[in-house]
Amino acid sequence: MLTYIIRRLIGAIAMLIVISMVTFGIFFVVPQWAGSSPEAMASRYVGRAATPETVHLVAQKLGFYDPVIVQYGRFAKGIVAGAEYDYGAGVEQCPAPCFGYSFISGQPVWPDLLDRMPVTFSLAIGAALLWVLGGVSVGVISALRRGTFFDRLSMGTALAGVSLPIFFTGMLSLVVFSYGLGWTPPGGSWTDFTENPAQWAFNLLLPWITLAFLFAATYARLTRAGMLETMGEDYVRTARAKGLSERDVVVKHGLRAALTPILTLFGIDFGLLIGGAVLTETTYTLPGLGQFAILAIRNQDLPQVMGVVLFAACFVVVASLIVDLLYAWVDPRVRLS
Amino acid sequence: MSFLDVKDLKIHFPTDDGVVKSVDGLTFGLERGQTLGIVGESGSGKSVTSLGILGLHKGGRAKISGEIWLDGEELVSAPAEQVRGLRGKKMAMIFQDPLSSMHPYYTVGHQIIEAYRIHNAVSKQVARKHAVDLLGRVGIPEPGKRVDSYPHEFSGGMRQRAMIAMALSCDPELLIADEPTTALDVTVQAQILDLMRDLQREFNSALIIITHDLGVVAELADDILVMYGGKCVEYGKTDEIFYNPEHPYTWGLLGSMPRLDREPTERLLPIKGSPPSLINVPPGCAFHPRCPYADRTEGRASTEVPDLAPTERGHLVRCHMPRTERRSLWENEIKPVLETQ
Ligand SMILES: Nc1ncnc2c1ncn2[C@@H]1O[C@H](COP(=O)(O)OP(=O)(O)OP(=O)(O)O)[C@@H](O)[C@H]1O
Ligand code: SF4
Ligand SMILES: [Mg+2]
Repeated sequence: MLTYIIRRLIGAIAMLIVISMVTFGIFFVVPQWAGSSPEAMASRYVGRAATPETVHLVAQKLGFYDPVIVQYGRFAKGIVAGAEYDYGAGVEQCPAPCFGYSFISGQPVWPDLLDRMPVTFSLAIGAALLWVLGGVSVGVISALRRGTFFDRLSMGTALAGVSLPIFFTGMLSLVVFSYGLGWTPPGGSWTDFTENPAQWAFNLLLPWITLAFLFAATYARLTRAGMLETMGEDYVRTARAKGLSERDVVVKHGLRAALTPILTLFGIDFGLLIGGAVLTETTYTLPGLGQFAILAIRNQDLPQVMGVVLFAACFVVVASLIVDLLYAWVDPRVRLS
Repeated sequence: MSFLDVKDLKIHFPTDDGVVKSVDGLTFGLERGQTLGIVGESGSGKSVTSLGILGLHKGGRAKISGEIWLDGEELVSAPAEQVRGLRGKKMAMIFQDPLSSMHPYYTVGHQIIEAYRIHNAVSKQVARKHAVDLLGRVGIPEPGKRVDSYPHEFSGGMRQRAMIAMALSCDPELLIADEPTTALDVTVQAQILDLMRDLQREFNSALIIITHDLGVVAELADDILVMYGGKCVEYGKTDEIFYNPEHPYTWGLLGSMPRLDREPTERLLPIKGSPPSLINVPPGCAFHPRCPYADRTEGRASTEVPDLAPTERGHLVRCHMPRTERRSLWENEIKPVLETQ
């Protein structure tokens, strides 16, 4: 198991390095290939009003005349160890992880990202918990009560779940539950967990359910199919023959074996979740990373866009690392091969 | 009343195509320390019978009737929860394919410990020690180490030994082995059968061995019950079944017994045709479409179900042919062919 963990860790680090190179390439190298001059790029940092001399000076200070590899080294060093920016008007410290400064506000990118994180994490983790628990339990019950009314109803709902876009279910739920019935707060409501946990959960309820609904449907169907298969396996019969209670037979033997494909899917979905979170945050106007990314793109705020892209990529890599380790823990045959 | 008494057991499965009569009126008994062999081709209802005794059809689609008495307790009418309490403790089962019958995600030790702790309130450590002991008893080398292996890390024979250890974990008084050696090669097969015999002597349990190969039970069983199409066609002492069989189907089984000195494809008296559908069981004697002697029963073979009638030697045979004719067929035509080589 230990060697497996180390192997996967090294893989994840390599992945992160590649991602940082690609991101750097897209935002710094490709524009230069495409004909953008170092001065044009530097001018974005100092504003259009600056004289050509200043721009030239800044371009030099920012190292846009250096070979690409040196530029990447500086960029990577900034993230790992922090950086110093010298705009001529004095040296500015940008502590690690340094993603540079926003063009618009002039603020460092990282603290802004940090600020937005709790919203996105709350949304993502809450929804993930909800959809996994909800989807898997519905799937298990459907499989055990195959062909009953419950089974048909939940599978019908699940079909709707996978095919309806978040915009639609999100808007619908807002219209019905907040504006219509007034049960839940309107969009844009956010309370920090540390301030008031109950309010935090209450505000997030609708976004959670909307986001979870999209995913839960797939999990319910996958779990149902998996359970129908595993409950017919010989080892489930063996478990019954031992005199195990039906609940233990279902959970410890049937579900345990059906969990592997669910976990695989979870690894993929947890990465995609960022995308789902962007849509959900937009629909409910929550001040999370998704909204941040959209604003950054709209404003062409290069450092901010880069920061959020890199962060999202790290998130995907770390999520898939965690899922891989879970996977090895669940299925002993994985870590042995 | 015997330790195990099965009376007129019927297990039918209603399906869209009709009722599958997997077990149709089976009666037999078994004492502690005795071994019964249930023999028949694929699909004759052997597994359904054994799962029925363990109560594993309860809650399913099966329609079950008749009686199963185990040590004075009737199981067919007993609530599922009561039978569950006996399962694994009073009666246990060894399954055919040990690889698919053990959970791939749990260690062998975990699965034995689980079986033991269902019925014994002991700590994990105590149960683990018990599991190691059991693995040693069934002949697994270095049991203290192998207890933490997964089933797929074992060889086929070792897996079957582990499966036996699991079944024995609570000292069951009735042990049912459903084709315990089919998945194994011949030498390992012999080892496993030896092991089962030794363990049965040690535990003095009642043992049912289910197989489609008479050879497997030849040395092990006290009694043999031959099944065809969900019904018993011949039932008696092992010696009787081997030396004085009277049912044409049993002759066929004897003739198709694989032997070490013969090629597996080379069969002396093969049974022609294939096992009957259990939805549309042939009328009359279920074996008549395949029986070479069907014309010797004055047309009754296809109209009238033969009774399971006792012979003067004390075993039971289900066949319309007159006894004298069966005896002379066996003595003059069948036995000489089987004895060649
Ligand atoms: N749950 C079920 N529903 C419907 N039919 C069933 C069910 N279980 C078993 N059967 C049918 O009952 C018949 C007897 O099956 P069984 O498994 O007892 O055969 P067997 O004698 O053990 O054969 P084998 O040597 O292949 O193991 C088969 O035709 C099978 O299709
Ligand atoms: S009753 Fe007739 S068909 Fe059936 S086994 Fe006897 S001889 Fe064969
Ligand atoms: Mg079988």
